[in-house]
Amino acid sequence: MARRHVSTRVNGEPVEFLCEPHQTLLDVLRDELQLTGTKEGCGTGDCGACSVMLDGRLICSCLALAAEVEGAEVRTVEGIASGNELHPLQRHFLEEAALQCGICTPGFLVAAKALLDGNPDPTEREVRFALAGNLCRCTGYDKIIRAVLDSAAELRGEA
Amino acid sequence: MLRLPPFTYHQPREIDAALRIVADHGPEAMFVAGGTDLYPNMKRRQQVPSQVVSLGGITELHGISGDPASGLRIGAMTSLTELEENAALAAAYPGFAEAVASISTPLLRNMGSIGGNLLLDTRCNYYDQTEEWREGINYCMKCEGEICWVAPSSPRCWAVQSSDSVPILMAMGAEVILRSPDGERRIPLLDLYQDDGIQFTTKKPGELLTALLLPAQDGWQSSYLKLRRRGSFDFPVLGVGVYLRMDGAKIAELRIHIGGIGSIAHAASDSAAALIGTVPDRESIRAAAKAAFKPTRAMDNTDHGAAWRKKMAPIFVSRAIEAALARNS
Ligand SMILES: Cc1cc2nc3c(=O)[nH]c(=O)nc-3n(C[C@H](O)[C@H](O)[C@H](O)COP(=O)(O)OP(=O)(O)OC[C@H]3O[C@@H](n4cnc5c(N)ncnc54)[C@H](O)[C@@H]3O)c2cc1C
Ligand code: FES
Ligand code: FES
Repeated sequence: MARRHVSTRVNGEPVEFLCEPHQTLLDVLRDELQLTGTKEGCGTGDCGACSVMLDGRLICSCLALAAEVEGAEVRTVEGIASGNELHPLQRHFLEEAALQCGICTPGFLVAAKALLDGNPDPTEREVRFALAGNLCRCTGYDKIIRAVLDSAAELRGEA
Repeated sequence: MLRLPPFTYHQPREIDAALRIVADHGPEAMFVAGGTDLYPNMKRRQQVPSQVVSLGGITELHGISGDPASGLRIGAMTSLTELEENAALAAAYPGFAEAVASISTPLLRNMGSIGGNLLLDTRCNYYDQTEEWREGINYCMKCEGEICWVAPSSPRCWAVQSSDSVPILMAMGAEVILRSPDGERRIPLLDLYQDDGIQFTTKKPGELLTALLLPAQDGWQSSYLKLRRRGSFDFPVLGVGVYLRMDGAKIAELRIHIGGIGSIAHAASDSAAALIGTVPDRESIRAAAKAAFKPTRAMDNTDHGAAWRKKMAPIFVSRAIEAALARNS
């Protein structure tokens, strides 16, 4: 089967790769582009560990074909910090112990950033519903929700 | 780790081109919209098309047109998020908007389409499993096997209709447009589905669902109520859609469909008939809803126990009717 040539942008940088039609965006990010920040949990849409932004929309990269990102803009967890400076979400996750094993963390960060980009002042309920597609088996969620609310407050200049 | 099986990927720009590819390859080919149902199934080898035909590049299939006063036309590829964010739609068809907002997760609603939701594969605890798991039980009749594990003496498959939008859209009397190389047909959703876990739609192989048509919104009210384990994310294991119109204090028309239980979202016609022409109150609604118990076919092939889901059916029917009535006042 013919490999496809795909030109895209990942975290603002132009990227080109070859892929098989059946490779997912997650397969290519991790195996071809060595961007291993994005995780694979279930591979079937249930867990959100693979969350990335595709043209400004939050998606599961385990269910998107790599061939479909031709000409698109992909943003992953690697693009959240500015250089060496962590994004407030990353900082609050660390400071407030919103992670234990950490496999869900990249997905939560990407999904939480997607939420705050569109809604800078969410209620706790809105945060819980917006992050419903991201599962965590360790923390019990509470610290994650609090870290997101505190990041939102800081980003609004209230903390 | 689950990986997609190899396939040839087609990205047509026109409906006719998509229809031609599927006509050429027959049962080997499948359409893919958002892929949130098809790709998990392919990873688990429940469905293994060698030709996958993407609908994403066909602009004609995207978007919403018309207005509630005369009816809305929703392109099959319109995403669930687009529907959820459409304020005019939510105001005119609150039951449908509620159903859409309850589907899966924000990530998956960004990817999933309404067309894919209408044609969502039926689900079953013995079917939605990995290849190895299913091989271990020697498969089931829906895929590669002989028997139905939830009802081993049954000649038919009992996989469950699990789309949230279907019960309310059936109650609303919504229609769909299906297109094939032979032309186009417009049919009520009531005629799109049939009571079988395998052959759950009457859509012909190779037919493309191009649009969903919502009825003109003249004085109807609606609601959708869903039973699931988690409040923010899970397939329905019972989903009740209610559509009604009042004549003064009396219920003039009422239609109720129950999904997430059985292979089709069946009508709770006796419950509806008991209330039509009456001035409803709490007692009469509860009494009428009891009639929803008998036709509810629950099997132990989803989350939550079958007996409990069946017991919940009348309770959800009465709550959904009350929710639609509350919207009306
Ligand atoms: C973890 C998880 C949770 C979910 N929870 C829910 C839930 O709570 N409620 C719910 O209703 N759904 C749920 N879903 C199912 C699914 O995400 C939605 O039903 C979604 O709307 C399917 O749309 P899609 O575009 O992704 O479909 P696809 O996967 O692209 O297609 C589904 C099927 O329809 C066919 N098809 C698609 N479009 C057309 C068309 N225009 N013409 C002809 N055939 C077509 C495909 O060939 C395929 O067989 C869930 C899925 C996952 C993975
Ligand atoms: S790995 Fe994609 S949702 Fe779990
Ligand atoms: S920290 Fe382990 S799954 Fe979330």
